[in-house]
Amino acid sequence: MSLAADRASEARSLRLTALTKEFTTFTAVRSLDLEVPAGSFFALLGPSGCGKTTTLRMVAGLEVPTSGTIHLGDDEITYEKPYRRPVNTVFQNYALFPHLDIHENVAFGLRRRKVKDVDQQVKEMLALVELESQASKKPPQMSGGQQQRVALARALINRPEVLLLDEPLGALDLKLRRSMQIELKRIQTEVGLTFVHVTHDQEEAMTMADTIAVMNGGVIEQMGSPAELYENPRTTFVANFLGQSNLIAGSVAAVDADVVRVDMHGTQVSIPIDRSHTRSGDGWVGIRPEKVLIAPAGEPIDAPGNHMTGGIITDVSFVGVSTQYLVMMPWGQELMSFEQNTGRRAVLDKGTKVDVSWRPEFAFLLPSSQDVNAGVHEEV
Amino acid sequence: MRRGRFTGYWLMAPAALWLALFFVIPFYSLLATSLFDPEGSVLTGYDVDYRFANFVDALDQFWEPLFRSLWYAAVATAICLVLGYVLAYAIAFKGGRWRNFLLVLVIAPFFTSFLVRTLSWKLILADDGFVVDTLQFLHLLGEDGRLLATPVAVIAGLVYNFLPFMVLPLYASLEKIDTRLVEAASDLYASPTRGFLKVTLPLSKPGVVAGTLLTFIPAAGDYINASLLGSPNQRMVGNVIQNLFTSTGDYATAGALSVILMAIIVAMVMVYIRTAGTEELV
Repeated sequence: MSLAADRASEARSLRLTALTKEFTTFTAVRSLDLEVPAGSFFALLGPSGCGKTTTLRMVAGLEVPTSGTIHLGDDEITYEKPYRRPVNTVFQNYALFPHLDIHENVAFGLRRRKVKDVDQQVKEMLALVELESQASKKPPQMSGGQQQRVALARALINRPEVLLLDEPLGALDLKLRRSMQIELKRIQTEVGLTFVHVTHDQEEAMTMADTIAVMNGGVIEQMGSPAELYENPRTTFVANFLGQSNLIAGSVAAVDADVVRVDMHGTQVSIPIDRSHTRSGDGWVGIRPEKVLIAPAGEPIDAPGNHMTGGIITDVSFVGVSTQYLVMMPWGQELMSFEQNTGRRAVLDKGTKVDVSWRPEFAFLLPSSQDVNAGVHEEV
Repeated sequence: MRRGRFTGYWLMAPAALWLALFFVIPFYSLLATSLFDPEGSVLTGYDVDYRFANFVDALDQFWEPLFRSLWYAAVATAICLVLGYVLAYAIAFKGGRWRNFLLVLVIAPFFTSFLVRTLSWKLILADDGFVVDTLQFLHLLGEDGRLLATPVAVIAGLVYNFLPFMVLPLYASLEKIDTRLVEAASDLYASPTRGFLKVTLPLSKPGVVAGTLLTFIPAAGDYINASLLGSPNQRMVGNVIQNLFTSTGDYATAGALSVILMAIIVAMVMVYIRTAGTEELV
């Protein structure tokens, strides 16, 4: 598509350096460093109040940073007026102009820049978001999903170097949200622009983004591909906020060349060195629930290594594709174990005595100084 | 639940009664007066003899104050619109936590009588008052220049008295505007001026229409400002009607002039609402 071709030659990355925003009563963003490569789909993920929207608004120019800089390629745009930045935003509640029809809403940016053949471009853009037939309607006459696509078209038509999306799917119901996620990803691939997407929905971030930055309390906790963040979280916040984790207290017994050995309530477990984010003292042994395998006591489990006995199933939730167990361990902690309903074995009953095991390469180790409950219930 | 066939009409009754008492009956009385035989007097009594010639006579005699009223009201409304828009905009968007306090200040003049306030303007604009002295000192006004008994004083009085009627509806519609729309405009390459013209102004149109109507209609019929701050040269149609009713006792012409003023205003308002129509706004 022509949009992609136009951009490819001049694609520039977005770089935030030591960006800070202080409001009178609190600091929203603390010395944030971030580089978004040109053409990528980047997600800023975090609970409400973590500073992600403030960061986005600073990039858009709607908020002036207290300190730090924002660069597009080699140009500094930290204090550039919003209407002079090659950056456009899809606002949280769309902010469509209620007095203009859909055609004029989409044409707004082009008209301000006195571009030629506006009508033709608007038609093409409305075709891209499949709303050609709605051009003469007013925004309040449209459904939430349609308004969302108008907001997207209104921003995209300007071919910004960076498109900012502020919780663009937050107001849609679950089903529509899922289909819009796929749609957004398709459009991003098609036009090849840099998308920076702000969301509190971890599933949304993982579905769409190439790179996710998890934000908490004004700082970035961890940044990487969805798989990287999920498989090897560096903080308890990331471990809990992005999916769920079992975090078990332990203490480092030995550090070998490629593994860290941890004493965990009498069992020694080993954790690959690149997944160990502490090398001494106490720590949290982390393991994702779907990596935790269980079997009735005494029966073999297909997971060499970390093997524990004496668990009792305290809760069974059958959710169709999988069954979610809670297993009370001898040290008094309930572990989560998610098992695919492959039919290989009948669903186990509550009260069944089980053994628990996981492959050592899936576990991770976090410093005990971090709050074990960080990020647990913040997904709203 | 089954409702009586007439429930709707019963519910309308209070409003209908109100309209009958305070609009239909007085209006009928005025219309009847305008068709009186002008030969009648308080002593001999009046006859309704359908003298439509009263309208022609009234227009013929008093077209000048009638036209002047509409002209003064239009100028005053335009000035009120500019001042009122700035004021309402400042209160709505820059007022912060002082918004309610500032609104109270806007309506504070209503706590004193209209007449007293206009009389005090007479003192302020008096020939030996400080305003005239200052203007003369600055050579903005000639040696024997004055403000009282000039169109300036009458229009200034109208602006002063009707400004709150402009500010309040403007404030109400400006205050409702989602500031995110203004942000969206600036995100879409609109400078602050363009954003105002393309987003804020069109969205405040209902307030502009309501404010101009609420200012223009009473200002066109006003006679207090012209009689206290003007001279016979600034006589407005309200002064003429008041004079005809109370001094001359020419009820027929006074009634005819009132009906004409009303008809002109209704016609102008209808054309105005048609062209500046607000029904397209949601």
